[in-house]
Amino acid sequence: MPENDQHEQTITPAALVRARIGLALFAIYVLLYGGYMALVLFRPALLSARPFGGVNLAIASGMGLIAAAFVLAIVYMVACWLVEGGQAGRQRPNSRRH
Amino acid sequence: MLYETSPTAIVIFAAFVLGVIGFSFFLGRKGQSAQGYYAAHGEIHWFVNGIAFAGDYLSAASFLGICGMIAFHGYDGFLYSIGFLAGWVVALLVIAEPIKRMGKFTFADALDSQFNSRGIKLAVAISTLVVSIFYLIPQMVGAGDLIMPLLGLPHAAGVLLVGVAVTLIVVTAGMVSTTWVQFIKGSLLIFFCGLLTLLILNRGLMVNAGRPGAANLAPQVKTVCPDGTLLIDGKPQSKEHDLRPVGTILALPTRYAGQTSTGPLGPLEYFSVLEDSTIITWSSKKHADAEGTHTTYSPLERKGTDLLKPGGYFKGLVTGTLTDKLDFASLMLALFCGTASLPHILIRYYTVKDQAAARKSTVVGIAAIGCFYVLTLYLGLGAMTSGALDPTSSNMAAPLLAKTFSNTLFAIISAIAFTTVLGTVSGLIMAGSGAVAHDLVENVLHIPLTDREKVRCGKVAAVGLGIVAMALGILFRNFNVSFLVGWAFNIAASANLPSLVMLLFWQRTTKQGITAAVTVGMLASLTWILLSADTFEKVYGWSRESSLVPFSQPGLVTIPLGFVVLIVVSLLTQKNQPTAS
Repeated sequence: MPENDQHEQTITPAALVRARIGLALFAIYVLLYGGYMALVLFRPALLSARPFGGVNLAIASGMGLIAAAFVLAIVYMVACWLVEGGQAGRQRPNSRRH
Repeated sequence: MLYETSPTAIVIFAAFVLGVIGFSFFLGRKGQSAQGYYAAHGEIHWFVNGIAFAGDYLSAASFLGICGMIAFHGYDGFLYSIGFLAGWVVALLVIAEPIKRMGKFTFADALDSQFNSRGIKLAVAISTLVVSIFYLIPQMVGAGDLIMPLLGLPHAAGVLLVGVAVTLIVVTAGMVSTTWVQFIKGSLLIFFCGLLTLLILNRGLMVNAGRPGAANLAPQVKTVCPDGTLLIDGKPQSKEHDLRPVGTILALPTRYAGQTSTGPLGPLEYFSVLEDSTIITWSSKKHADAEGTHTTYSPLERKGTDLLKPGGYFKGLVTGTLTDKLDFASLMLALFCGTASLPHILIRYYTVKDQAAARKSTVVGIAAIGCFYVLTLYLGLGAMTSGALDPTSSNMAAPLLAKTFSNTLFAIISAIAFTTVLGTVSGLIMAGSGAVAHDLVENVLHIPLTDREKVRCGKVAAVGLGIVAMALGILFRNFNVSFLVGWAFNIAASANLPSLVMLLFWQRTTKQGITAAVTVGMLASLTWILLSADTFEKVYGWSRESSLVPFSQPGLVTIPLGFVVLIVVSLLTQKNQPTAS
């Protein structure tokens, strides 16, 4: 059966670009998540501050992280769509093997 | 606490469960090839798959466990929400596309796609089975916790009900119907939790949960006698003499002086009013003597500002010892890394047709799951002030909150929570049965199977796994659900993530490297857990101090260990093996 063959392992340049974008966005999220965890671990008193008219920083930053995950996901999807617009999904047989 | 079972509740519940099973029979009439059984022909639409991700992922731990933790301890349950969701960012931005490119049916396929190594297939199949089983236990325990108050049946009955229902679903139709079960469940869960949140905001906050007079703040004592009878404050438990429901506001902010209720509140107002209020939560203390084991539930007056910040459950964040902080960091790391490593999540990448669809469905999943976790904070805080909490069970917080609005809503939410468990358990059994039939039997033992035999083998494995899951669910019935899920995440992250990431990004990964990393990661995290203070205390009944490891969550140590092992072994086996070049 054709499904038993190995999948095509070449990476197209488009796939490489998508991977890079993914990693860059991921790095941003790591900074956000890591920063938040650092606050929780080392400066918890800061999280009790209430700069946003009543809602404390703990809740605001938690919600912010959830929103950031979604925003980054959308950014990634749009970026990949733009990249694919250029490549039109063509596979190049001599591309570097992954 | 004893619960009144209402006929409405039972009817709605039965309707849901039978509806779901019936739907799966209907869908199962096609999809009997291996491609159909394990991967739904790769034809699931990305939007459906995305919501199915949510349905798959939002298990008992998310819905019941987190809401319950927030209701009892405040903010800290939300930390679980944040950690769980963050893991999806890893899945999307790092893993989603490459994994789709690489595999056919299972996670082992993906890791092995370039090496064709029996070692890898064996190690990964075993780690898939181990993680699936660890993840199954809290689901089954959660199911038992749900059935007891809903239908008045004993815990074991709930476990058996889930086991049988899921096995039926999985055996009849495989991935197509599990996907649809999860899609339905995901949509319903988010819809009804949204509805409940709106009701909470509309009700606003009330002193003493809207009941006249002041709250009864007398401590309550539950005694389990040596012969098994249950006493409440010294007298036998009965419908007339039972534990009082708890969790109320003592005082609203001064700006509401003279009022006992705030009226409808906006989403941000809800938090700010709560922060300025004083709330009565309840703590429990156990001690044993000749007459039995006594648990005393005492009220605790807390300021809103103290409850809405970290430290209520993770006491280490407040006390500040280094090992407690490491334990917390380790758990958060495991949650971050674990989502992308869970076998039953990963197989869902094979049910869509291509990488663009895999990406889009993950984005939909993140939106749905993120939305849900935002709601958990409202549900948990609403339950905390609802006056309806059962002091013995945090898992029941969300359904009991629904009951304060209407019995019908309670029945629906409980039924949804039950199908929550059905959905997750289906996915886990699919992943496990794939590991057995496809990975172990066909690829490791080299027993060739025709397409139909492969499907049949998967179904037999599904039944076997169902039986194991039921037995363990009954055995572990007294465990905290989130604690068990944390185990599964630690093992998944330690066993699977290093190999996945290094295979994608490091050309010199060898097959021995992967086999070693998966094996060591799994064994190290498993051993650490078995030697931890929590296990010593709750499983073996030994003292916490005698445990052999400094903190309970292994992730901080075993995840890097997996990476190190992979790198070292790969470098040692460079010359003579095909590498991921």
